[in-house]
Amino acid sequence: MATQHSRAAARFMMAPAVFVLLVWMLVPLSLTLIFAFKRFMPLRGDRIESGWDFVTFFPSLDWVGFDNFTRFVSSSAFWPSVVTTLVIVGGVLAISIVFGVLLAMLLDQPMWAQGFVRILVIAPFFVMPTVSALVWKNMFMDPTNGLFAHLWRAFGADPVVWLSDVPTFSIVLIVSWQWLPFATLILLTAIQSLDSEQLEAAEMDGAGPVSRFAFITLPHLSRAITIVILIQTIFLLGVFAEIFVTTGGAFGTRTLTYLIYQRVLESQNVGLGSAGGVYAIILANIVAIFLMRIVGKNLDK
Amino acid sequence: MGRITLDKVRKTFGEVEVIPPLDLTIEDGEFVVFVGPSGCGKSTLLRLIAGLEDVSGGQIRIDGEDATMVPPAKRRLAMVFQSYALYPHMSVRKNIAFPMRMAKMPQHEQDRRIEAAAKALNLTDYLDRRPGQLSGGQRQRVAIGRAIVREPAAFLFDEPLSNLDAALRVGMRMEISELHKKLDTTMIYVTHDQVEAMTMADKIVVLRAGHIEQVGSPLELYRTPRNTFVAGFIGSPRMNLIEGAAAADLGAHTMGIRPEHIDVSTGAGQWQGTVGVAEHLGSDTFIHIHGIPGCDPLTVRADGEVSVRHGDTVHLTPQTQHIHRFGADGLRIA
Amino acid sequence: MARAVTTRRKALNTAIAWTIGLLIFFPILWTILTSFKTEAVAIANPPVFLNFDWTLENYRVVMERSDYMRFLWNSVIIAGGSTVLGVIIAVPAAWSMAFVPSRRTKDILLWMLSTKMLPAVGVLYPIYLLCIQLGLLDSRIALVVILMLINLPIIVWMLYTYFREIPGEILEAARMDGASLKDEILYVLTPMAVPGIASTLLLNFILAWNEAFWTLNLTSVDAAPLTAFIASYSSPEGLFFAKLSAASTMAIAPILILGWFSQKQLVRGLTFGAVK
Repeated sequence: MATQHSRAAARFMMAPAVFVLLVWMLVPLSLTLIFAFKRFMPLRGDRIESGWDFVTFFPSLDWVGFDNFTRFVSSSAFWPSVVTTLVIVGGVLAISIVFGVLLAMLLDQPMWAQGFVRILVIAPFFVMPTVSALVWKNMFMDPTNGLFAHLWRAFGADPVVWLSDVPTFSIVLIVSWQWLPFATLILLTAIQSLDSEQLEAAEMDGAGPVSRFAFITLPHLSRAITIVILIQTIFLLGVFAEIFVTTGGAFGTRTLTYLIYQRVLESQNVGLGSAGGVYAIILANIVAIFLMRIVGKNLDK
Repeated sequence: MGRITLDKVRKTFGEVEVIPPLDLTIEDGEFVVFVGPSGCGKSTLLRLIAGLEDVSGGQIRIDGEDATMVPPAKRRLAMVFQSYALYPHMSVRKNIAFPMRMAKMPQHEQDRRIEAAAKALNLTDYLDRRPGQLSGGQRQRVAIGRAIVREPAAFLFDEPLSNLDAALRVGMRMEISELHKKLDTTMIYVTHDQVEAMTMADKIVVLRAGHIEQVGSPLELYRTPRNTFVAGFIGSPRMNLIEGAAAADLGAHTMGIRPEHIDVSTGAGQWQGTVGVAEHLGSDTFIHIHGIPGCDPLTVRADGEVSVRHGDTVHLTPQTQHIHRFGADGLRIA
Repeated sequence: MARAVTTRRKALNTAIAWTIGLLIFFPILWTILTSFKTEAVAIANPPVFLNFDWTLENYRVVMERSDYMRFLWNSVIIAGGSTVLGVIIAVPAAWSMAFVPSRRTKDILLWMLSTKMLPAVGVLYPIYLLCIQLGLLDSRIALVVILMLINLPIIVWMLYTYFREIPGEILEAARMDGASLKDEILYVLTPMAVPGIASTLLLNFILAWNEAFWTLNLTSVDAAPLTAFIASYSSPEGLFFAKLSAASTMAIAPILILGWFSQKQLVRGLTFGAVK
């Protein structure tokens, strides 16, 4: 629906965005891919000699084939980190979806000052991850002075040392606090788009509240729920700051992301970390494919 | 001046040919209406003339000059869109001024033309409002005002009345016709409504699937439709097209007779049928009759006071001088 | 037609919703309250809720001791710069895709989205290395560019969904009225899309402000924004609850306020237009 002239202009105006994203995607990805097949430990003297190395595949670094890939998965830290990742992602998803649906339905009910309640509920999403992690770690979960410790003592119980006794649960709690509002907001938006006549028709047809929820509301929400799951999964796979400032990866809270970060920047085994990075990229892409299918379908409308 | 010539103009979207090579000449000062069912290519044709789409082949000439590759802004054409396409963030005054501002016309000249257009279109009191604060008819007039001030070679209208309610539509129809009489500028008007075509046009172009089916004055099309498509499209209620024995008797494949050219009688007639529905409009009665071979239902336009009911038996006689005959290929038999 | 609800039912709904809402909001409220307490009151058992001597001491100490303004300024520059730069690149691209769609438009949009899925940790070292090579480690420029790149897909998508709601006929009318492409975008599209562009700016400012992977890993002193400033409280200064709270409150207050304005756009932006 346009002329040649405008199509040429369109290509020209799209070029900058496409170009910078292409560079952003290709350059680091290919470097990661190259490093994954190299021995690269800067602390042990592996050096990049000059800028030319970037285009000559780093001749100063030795090729090691698939060594890094096999060593990454056979290290004792790998499987625990996979389990931790799954627990954190799964836990946060379960909490934010279940409570998100309930909260969205509650907020959809007629009440006074609805807008204000919504503001209260959404607020945690806008809190900087480092702030939320630190506030929870110290002011709530600190075993001597934290609010939970006070509460436990008030009931005569021994305070829980949250971040070392139940570290993964604690992190799930912190992260859920940030993402529950996101799920709620999206599900609420979806619920509000449900035509109330549909529910009234179902009521006329003799459906009780439970059947109305199961047969009308939930199916209506299914797409929004899928989207929440996919988007949150993408973000949750990359959870970093919450672990960085609470446990620093100790006590079995090392996720795949955190493990890679440690390999790359802390122990400076770039080759090994890059191999881990390749795994992470593959994993994220599997999730991404499903998300893009849904978004793509939506585009056709 | 505004003489527009289309010379073998073609348009394809990918593999699909929406407009096969087409020739048409629009004379200066003419009011031409493109009419046809939705999807017939009439809007595409208008957009080709406007320059909003590239032609896939052929040539468009405006006043003899090749305008095929000229961008829309340079064609000296003004367009009124179906949705009016007013700029919602500008006042009525700024909307009307926009084309002149783009042409860098001196401010005093802009003001003069705005005043004149506003006066002609009854918009003087609304010049400082935003389009959102206007009624449908007023928005329509602003869109027309925006077109007038440029003093274009021709006006293009793309179904401009289809978003208005029925009463307003009749009023605007007349306003546009009067505007044409006053300005005497070429106008090309696209519509799917044959009533608009009949009432406004000097020349009607009937389109189907990108083909021109017939070009002619409203009465020409009414009296001598070139084929069954035009016969069925022009006139309301539509012409009855009867196939079978009745047509064969006249040496045709299809016989056409308009509802207003059939006499109804309760006594005797050429055909006999049963009344299905009788629509009493007051001035006329449209009777839909079942049981006539080759055409069901057959529609008859009778006097407003005629009293027939569902199930009544009636006798019909077509007026011989108004019978149209068409061959198996759908074309008129002279 | 919504039906009338009894006042009792409404009161019950309100009570439940408020309780849950306050519970969810409580950590933020508690942080704000604690920031006005003395350190002793902050850790008192039983905890003191409102009846304490309010003090601004913590704010004064935090600002004096940690050069707070520099971190704040870095946050503003990094978040603001990356957002503005992103919008400048994205507006023409979104115009093209919304108004001159081609067969490839959908693929390009989805591809852009897919770059957003790239796990940051997977490219951490290459970016780190490139920053060193270019002398951009711990520089605001590097972060402006990187945060612009990670948010660019969202910016393009948001603008695209907003632009698509603008009828193409209006732009065509401008073209017929003699507007050049530049005039068309400047005088017609942009003013009409102001609300959409504003919410895009807002949401992306928030996302950039809170970004805590690249800002933590690519800065140390000079370019460190508030995320890094707060992370520096992880130990042992974090045990000074009142000061931690004051620092936290200062870091989140501006964004909380902006965030509340952008709730609606948040949904559209973060679901890539799939939920509106």
